[in-house]
Amino acid sequence: MPMAGSEQNKLSKPLWLLAELTYRCPLQCPYCSNPLEIARYDNELSTEDWIRVMRQARAMGATQLGFSGGEPLVRKDLEELIAEARHLGYYTNLITSGVGMDEDRVKAFKVAGLDHIQISFQASNEELNNFLGGTKTFQHKTHMAHIVKKYEYPMVLNIVLHRKNIDQIRDILDMTIDLHADYVELASTQYYGWSRINVDQLLPTRAQLDHAEQVAREYQQKMKGKMKVIYVIPDYFENRPKACMNGWGAIFLTIAPNGTALPCHAAGQLPGLEFPNVRDHSIEWIWNDSPDFNKFRGFDWMVEPCRSCPEKIKDFGGCRCQAYMLTGDARNADPVCDKSPYHKQLHDDVERIGKLADNKEFNEKPLIFRNMKNSKKIITERQAETSELS
Amino acid sequence: MANTFNAEDIPVITPTFRLQWEQVQDCYVILYPEGMVKLSASAGEIMKRCDGVMNISNMINDLHKQFPGADLENDVYKFLEVAHANGWIRTKQAV
Repeated sequence: MPMAGSEQNKLSKPLWLLAELTYRCPLQCPYCSNPLEIARYDNELSTEDWIRVMRQARAMGATQLGFSGGEPLVRKDLEELIAEARHLGYYTNLITSGVGMDEDRVKAFKVAGLDHIQISFQASNEELNNFLGGTKTFQHKTHMAHIVKKYEYPMVLNIVLHRKNIDQIRDILDMTIDLHADYVELASTQYYGWSRINVDQLLPTRAQLDHAEQVAREYQQKMKGKMKVIYVIPDYFENRPKACMNGWGAIFLTIAPNGTALPCHAAGQLPGLEFPNVRDHSIEWIWNDSPDFNKFRGFDWMVEPCRSCPEKIKDFGGCRCQAYMLTGDARNADPVCDKSPYHKQLHDDVERIGKLADNKEFNEKPLIFRNMKNSKKIITERQAETSELS
Repeated sequence: MANTFNAEDIPVITPTFRLQWEQVQDCYVILYPEGMVKLSASAGEIMKRCDGVMNISNMINDLHKQFPGADLENDVYKFLEVAHANGWIRTKQAV
């Protein structure tokens, strides 16, 4: 019997391999998209494991390789992995906070053949940057951005936007111009993982978004041909969902630090899936044949309103993780879509937060920072909840 | 459209982009930070001649050898304009 989506299956290739080398990170950003259970991922893949994964994925057509985390610079074998990746013909992207980097290492990456470096900033001023990251890193980051350009890398600067920094968008963009960025990603916080539990403190207001969008457009025009500004509004404010990951198991393959293979970096939270591990299976089997990678491929898995919707070929029903988080069932339409019966609930919640955003007491509720201590606490609390229920 | 290039210009791939043959996809691709553009067969043939050595007139002659009888000139200039607008190529500065 042919599996659901097996036709697409034959055509699709894991073009994008995201290697989450570790969840260790010197920063503690409260909007981190890593899972809340980062403390469970201490059993990291070895250098040999990663090399095998890279070889297998490359043979299947993977071209883009992102070294990510956590903070990938924590891995001492990063230089070796870059060299092997480049040797295999990948376009190699290092996605980093810049912490753990110095000029010698940037030079070594160049020798190893690294193609591109992306550095994240938390804000355009030292105080807020350091507060959000939970560490003093701003000066070091700007210094590293200079070094990256000194070694003639294409440089992407990534700034995650939310209520606490979005009003500084003009300063942020001026900073990226000063640092000679080639690309700027103004990434609206997506509410998964840590950002979801901090959503009340992070979700911007409609007025903030309108302002940010206007400034972003202005800089897109102004910097045309010199610096590419990418700005996407957070999907909670939209009426149609994004084509998340270009569809489940269509292009993206994420490997978590412990070897779990995922169709997107947030999918680990979905219940009823066991996600194969690269320690037990080949990438070819994982991508083509594993039940989990086929679960939401194609259209057969859909329920209404997606099933009969003509737009399903465009957005694939949106994001499975968002559907699960907001409706309890990953097969449902992403509630960002106004055809979803859950859309009103999401909309009301966005309105509620928008109204409270000016309230001092509400705004000053402490953020839960992303660190191993908080992760362990959350794991313990959830275990207690589960045992109470059973 | 104003012509960016003339026959003596030597186009070269911008260092922040990479041109690569992809066996699995059976085409040339342009790679850049977190992205990839698949090239058509003819675009691939033009791009791989943007080697910083050949000028455009030689490039066209060379393509004629491979594709005799084809009227290439317009297509080459048209594609080079597109490639330039996307930042993939630039004119090599005379030394």
